[in-house]
Amino acid sequence: MKQFLTFVRKEFFHIFRDSRTMLILLVMPVVLTLLFGYAVTTEVKDSRVAVVDFSKDELTRRITDRLATHSYFTLCAAYENVSAAEKAFLRGEIDMVIVFPTGFAADFHHGGNTSVQLLIDGSEPNQASVRTGYTEKVMASFMQELHSGKPMSTSMQIIPEVRMLYNPQLKSEYNFVPGVIGLILMLICALMSSVSIVKEKETGTMEILLASPLPPIIIILAKLVPYFVIACTNIATILMLSYFLMGVPMAGSLFCFLGISLVYILACLSLGLLISTLVSTQLAAMLLSLLLIVPSLYFSGLAFPLESMPTALQNISSIVPARWYVSAARKLMIQGVEARHVIRELGVLTLMTFMLITISLSLFKKRLE
Amino acid sequence: MSEYAIVAEGLTKTFGTFTATDHITFEVRKGEIFGFLGANGAGKTTAMRMLCGLSRPSEGRATVAGFDVEREAEQVKRNIGYMSQKFSLYDDLTVEENLRLFGGIYGMTSADIKHKANHLLSNLGLTDLRKAMVGRLPLGWKQKLAFSLSIFHNPKIVFLDEPTGGVDPVTRRQFWELIYEAADRGITVFVTTHYMDEAEYCDRVSIMVDGKIEALDTPSQLKKNFSVGTMYEVFYALARKAKRGAG
Repeated sequence: MKQFLTFVRKEFFHIFRDSRTMLILLVMPVVLTLLFGYAVTTEVKDSRVAVVDFSKDELTRRITDRLATHSYFTLCAAYENVSAAEKAFLRGEIDMVIVFPTGFAADFHHGGNTSVQLLIDGSEPNQASVRTGYTEKVMASFMQELHSGKPMSTSMQIIPEVRMLYNPQLKSEYNFVPGVIGLILMLICALMSSVSIVKEKETGTMEILLASPLPPIIIILAKLVPYFVIACTNIATILMLSYFLMGVPMAGSLFCFLGISLVYILACLSLGLLISTLVSTQLAAMLLSLLLIVPSLYFSGLAFPLESMPTALQNISSIVPARWYVSAARKLMIQGVEARHVIRELGVLTLMTFMLITISLSLFKKRLE
Repeated sequence: MSEYAIVAEGLTKTFGTFTATDHITFEVRKGEIFGFLGANGAGKTTAMRMLCGLSRPSEGRATVAGFDVEREAEQVKRNIGYMSQKFSLYDDLTVEENLRLFGGIYGMTSADIKHKANHLLSNLGLTDLRKAMVGRLPLGWKQKLAFSLSIFHNPKIVFLDEPTGGVDPVTRRQFWELIYEAADRGITVFVTTHYMDEAEYCDRVSIMVDGKIEALDTPSQLKKNFSVGTMYEVFYALARKAKRGAG
């Protein structure tokens, strides 16, 4: 045990003394999270709004005024019909259209329910959802004012009907967090660990270690432990950053989330070990890892939604561990499902981990022969 | 225990159809400096790896320090030191940290490590550099440090795989003084080399050609047998018969 700890400490020295490694292990996850978080989900200012008002009553005028004075919206046009507005969309002149149906105020005062249509450019889904959110807020506060002014039946409300143009399957803006975690764990546990093992092969220190009484499995474990610790630290950092700074919820059980993350970390570490047994230079280890990480990036749905991929690609994606992890993480974090709904993902990941460990260990042993 | 530190009997290693080491049989006496010569590709490193428990023999057997290299690899490893041709140390650890690491790996106590490290550093004249990163040391010092580390845990036998590659003649001479010191302490030295002047420093040498041991004796006896004046001529007479290309 003492030998093991001596060895683990040495491994941490390697990491702490190499500024580039430190940068990748500790700074990059934070930067990636902030980058994804802020580049994607923060305020969208100066949205150009057009109005198509078929009702032209007092209520629609007041809502329009409210939007026009809102700091995030700029009212830039009014059109007589929807097709004129759509042409303006295509010319890139506007980002959002509000359509008031005929008899808007009359419906509101008599029936209590009325609706307004939002047409939003969904080609930039995150902006679109932010704009939707803003508009909904404006409507809600307007409603509150109406109610507080003169008491009305609470059943009266304006329901914004949102129709996304160009991207009907709009995803939650929080989606990036599980994806980023999946990517970073892959990077740290597969790429960095395989490079560090191969480095010992390249410099010849592995020979010396193998000629020592340390059992080979202990050498490998001791090399992987620091990466395991750092991976856990990173999960904690990313979760805290996204929770406290960006308000990303942890809708489901944190315990389940950490559990499945653990399985995924093990899968990535054994992938790293596997890579290290296949190559003998650090450069090759890096290239091979990247070759594995790129599909994880694409197939985990971080960059593109899986659902919109061709079936063939979707099938290929099922051999990528990151896909299963990100899918489970999303369900747990954002949808807040119960643990039993991620059993499939957990099962697949566990199976993959088991297979990867078996293959990489047997290859590692074979190398020693 | 027998008088031999190493006994190899028909030790063979095949990779597919290629026989790297072909039924070699020899003994190394305790306390002796044994030169293991051969051209590149003759099978020296393969043989050495089997003796160190790094590689499993395909055929034959060997005992090192009385332990079977195949069945008791861990016991073998406990009793040997190993230095590779790259003088492998950790460049990003200090001299002291390298000592502590290797001492720790061999299960030495902290007090023992400290005591021996002080002794070793003052012996090598490295005391002032104990906190220096190994990567900054000149090659000659790295090599001496690597050797000292390989015998830091007081092994019965030390295996040196071309320990003097790429070092200047003066440093090589100094390095051999360290080897003699180790031998004086009773450590058996098993060394491979390409330098024939170094072969002269050994008590006995074996010369491998194409995976087989073609000659094994004291340097003076070998020169007499081949009726030549230097070890170089002995080596050349044997090695030029090699069918495997020197590469």
